[in-house]
Amino acid sequence: MTVSNTLSDGLVVAKRNMIKIKRVPDILVFTTMSPIMFVLLFAYEFGGAIDQEGGGAGYREFLIAGIFAQTVVFGATFTGYGLAQDIEKGIIDRFRSLPMSPSAVLAGRTFSDVLYNVVTLVVMALTGLLVGWRIRTSVGEALLGFLLLLVFAYALSWVMAWVGMLVPSPEVVNNASFMVIFPLTFVANTFVPLETLPGPLKAFAEWNPVSAVTQAARELFGNIPAGAPAPETTSWALQHPALYTLLWAAAVLAIFVPVANAQYRRSISR
Amino acid sequence: MAFSPTVTNAVLAQGLVKHFKDVKALDGLDLRVPQGTVLAVLGPNGAGKTTAVRILTTLLQPDSGHAEVAGVDVVADPATARSKIGVSGQYAAVDEYLTGFENLDMIGRLYHLGRKRSQQRARELLAQFSLDDAGDRMAKTYSGGMRRRLDLAGALVADPPVMFLDEPTTGLDPRSRTDMWATIQRLVAGGTSLLLTTQYLEEADLLADNIIVVDHGKVIAEGTADELKAQVGGERLEITVSEGSDLPRAAQLLAPLGSADLTVREERRSLLVPVTGGAAVLAAALRRLDDADIAVGDVGMRRPTLDDVFLSLTGHAAEEPPGDGETPKDDKQEVAAR
Repeated sequence: MTVSNTLSDGLVVAKRNMIKIKRVPDILVFTTMSPIMFVLLFAYEFGGAIDQEGGGAGYREFLIAGIFAQTVVFGATFTGYGLAQDIEKGIIDRFRSLPMSPSAVLAGRTFSDVLYNVVTLVVMALTGLLVGWRIRTSVGEALLGFLLLLVFAYALSWVMAWVGMLVPSPEVVNNASFMVIFPLTFVANTFVPLETLPGPLKAFAEWNPVSAVTQAARELFGNIPAGAPAPETTSWALQHPALYTLLWAAAVLAIFVPVANAQYRRSISR
Repeated sequence: MAFSPTVTNAVLAQGLVKHFKDVKALDGLDLRVPQGTVLAVLGPNGAGKTTAVRILTTLLQPDSGHAEVAGVDVVADPATARSKIGVSGQYAAVDEYLTGFENLDMIGRLYHLGRKRSQQRARELLAQFSLDDAGDRMAKTYSGGMRRRLDLAGALVADPPVMFLDEPTTGLDPRSRTDMWATIQRLVAGGTSLLLTTQYLEEADLLADNIIVVDHGKVIAEGTADELKAQVGGERLEITVSEGSDLPRAAQLLAPLGSADLTVREERRSLLVPVTGGAAVLAAALRRLDDADIAVGDVGMRRPTLDDVFLSLTGHAAEEPPGDGETPKDDKQEVAAR
């Protein structure tokens, strides 16, 4: 199989996935509803408590990058869910009996999920703007921030693609991944400043890649108020958040692209 | 190798063994589909039919044994094997959120037919399978029969020389089943080599040139439908007694005439007696019933059906036969009428 076959087959698969999102708008509605709900809950429920003198405005600005990170992390489960569903419905068997590139199914799936993440990020950014979030840097830096979030999400998609092929049914993808995803997104600087966390949790959060991508996005959007003290951390990860995020994504891709593809080639027996 | 005798076999499997944990799904299965013929793999649920198809279509690796399609080893060269086959699964593997057209177009693209040819082929197949009106609707809106037809059309996109149909009519209503049979008959009339699995005996009888009967992962009988029926031997005398007549008494009277044990069907008030004596036995049977004043509603002689074959080979009936377990001689019309 040539590389161009993998690309063109991958695009055919990606197109099919995008058609499905278009035909079943509920998927998009529900996956963006929950982060929107988080924005409203966190911003107005906790905002006042955390940011007393600012009346919550500062917290909302702090919060949005964390919500972006949470959205793309949760969005990655969609990769696993969609794949598990395709296995269950026999679509993957159909693909596997065709003389197409075997790598194209996962390549197409993860690629269409990037496009999907672009759409959800746009929705979340608009929600953010409504509650007072602003980009205080340049357009270029803001785009870099979004790009970093997408790269991070892309790496996670490959992990979830692998998970999606291991589990017995699509429902299990959600249940199993929430046990990992909740601590990963909450034991981080996404919703609360790191300084408030107790010792062991703080240590975990400092090296948590979700913290790093959130921190990097905040810096690129300029959501760290001028004159605010740098995060009090000795963690190299948070001092170089963008670099750490990229290294982490590269490591994950290096491991999970081959692992997931090997799993795909192995027989998926029902 | 081009003139090797295996090339005349569209499908060849030798000694296929496959375990799933402790379960032996295939236990040394052999089969052969000569080019241009139809082989029916007949067996109850769990006999190993689907496992065999999954191995032959490169979806599963055998633990041991050899398998090839169109002369290509499916284990050693799955990619080439895939370009020779069309597969239609047990449940319709159509994408329900795509339209019929989009489903077929996608498959064409993945066979690398190119955009133009894929679209053209999709329209051709939709017309051929009477789906042209529904072609631009989501497959989600299709009936069970339409989905099966679309799935079958998907297997035909690249005009593959070898086709696999895994239980093509399971779960279909009688009308759709008859339609599907007609479709498959047209297909094989064009010379396609076909391996078909089924648990419906009449389906194998109607569609296949050769039949293998599989139970517990191996072949327990093979031959044409006629050969298999001959194995059971003799004919079946079927007598229905009128309402109010003494059925157990009738059974008692006819038992001595049978070449083997007779079957009593209380619910239809009928007796099925395996016999070897032809018309003379029929006359004797009627005389005995008449002497005992038992009124006969209906009487007939028939050759054994594959149902009888299965029962005598395995000691148990094939599971889930259509209708009530009886296979009428004239399958098609009977099924359509039900």
